[in-house]
Amino acid sequence: MKYRREFRAAFRASIPVMMGYSVLGFAFGLLMTSQGYPWVLPVVMSVVIYAGALQFLALGFFQAKAGMWEIFVASIFVNIRQAFYGLSLLKKFKKAGRLRPYLIFSLTDETYALMTTLPENPQLKRRWYLFFLAALNQSYWIGGTLAGALFGGMVRFDTRGLDFSLTALFVVLAMEQYRKHRDLLPFFIGAGASLIALVLVSRDRMLITAIGLALLGMFALRERLERKEADHD
Amino acid sequence: MTEPWIWEAVAVMALANLLTRVAPFLFFSRRRPPQAVVFVEENFPPIILTILIFYTLASVDFTAAPYGLKELGGIAVTMLLHRLFGNYLISIFGGTAVYMVMVHLG
Repeated sequence: MKYRREFRAAFRASIPVMMGYSVLGFAFGLLMTSQGYPWVLPVVMSVVIYAGALQFLALGFFQAKAGMWEIFVASIFVNIRQAFYGLSLLKKFKKAGRLRPYLIFSLTDETYALMTTLPENPQLKRRWYLFFLAALNQSYWIGGTLAGALFGGMVRFDTRGLDFSLTALFVVLAMEQYRKHRDLLPFFIGAGASLIALVLVSRDRMLITAIGLALLGMFALRERLERKEADHD
Repeated sequence: MTEPWIWEAVAVMALANLLTRVAPFLFFSRRRPPQAVVFVEENFPPIILTILIFYTLASVDFTAAPYGLKELGGIAVTMLLHRLFGNYLISIFGGTAVYMVMVHLG
């Protein structure tokens, strides 16, 4: 292989992600097939969407028969943090040429974290190193999903309650956010908006209503949120 | 089981997700993003995660026995594990396992 050294460096860097992605991908594939969906559905999702939290959340959309606009807006807000990632990689991806579209498509939390924190070997061709890193990470995710989807179809066991993994995932991510921001106000805004939405509208409109209310609340409290941010910096 | 609209929904999610990843490269490679955009990007993640926790529990009836105690218990175990080990795989699988045991025991 022409870029063997780049591949090997990328593989070494990707090992921690391999562990996480194959296990979570497996859980995702298993969860989808356990709810009666065909094994191709989660696998296609891991290929074309490739975003952990959003893919797990999709089950909620399917069960609630959410409308397309609601799914669109909710998906944007679930992943809005990703729009922030690109800002710090504009320069790094500049000379990636034909590999650039894939690098942008595959920019998950973990890939971003690796790309921005790991030191790079200046002797390697950067764009190929980054490409292999991104592609290896996605291959773990797809491989895990495929294994979980096929395994879920073959073995019959009681999977009631398995979808709680979604709630647990969001709880863990929220705790990580708290560790970063050290501010409880955003959590109160989210909780308040959710409770009002739960009371006011039906379940299939809850998410989009809560997002709208939370945006209003956050701009109403903008000064206070930004002051805390400045304190923290 | 997979009705056509599910595939449409997958396409919509793929598009929305791609937009969040492409946006900075499309719009901000030459100029800085407006203050309001930066503000939302920085402060929305903890808010949306809180909303998503409520969303995934929206079908739980907290007014009748067992009053959502299984869900709250699962969340408590998840949080405790995460405080203790700080490993998201342990936290998610431990919390889910405990919740599943509670559901199966009725």
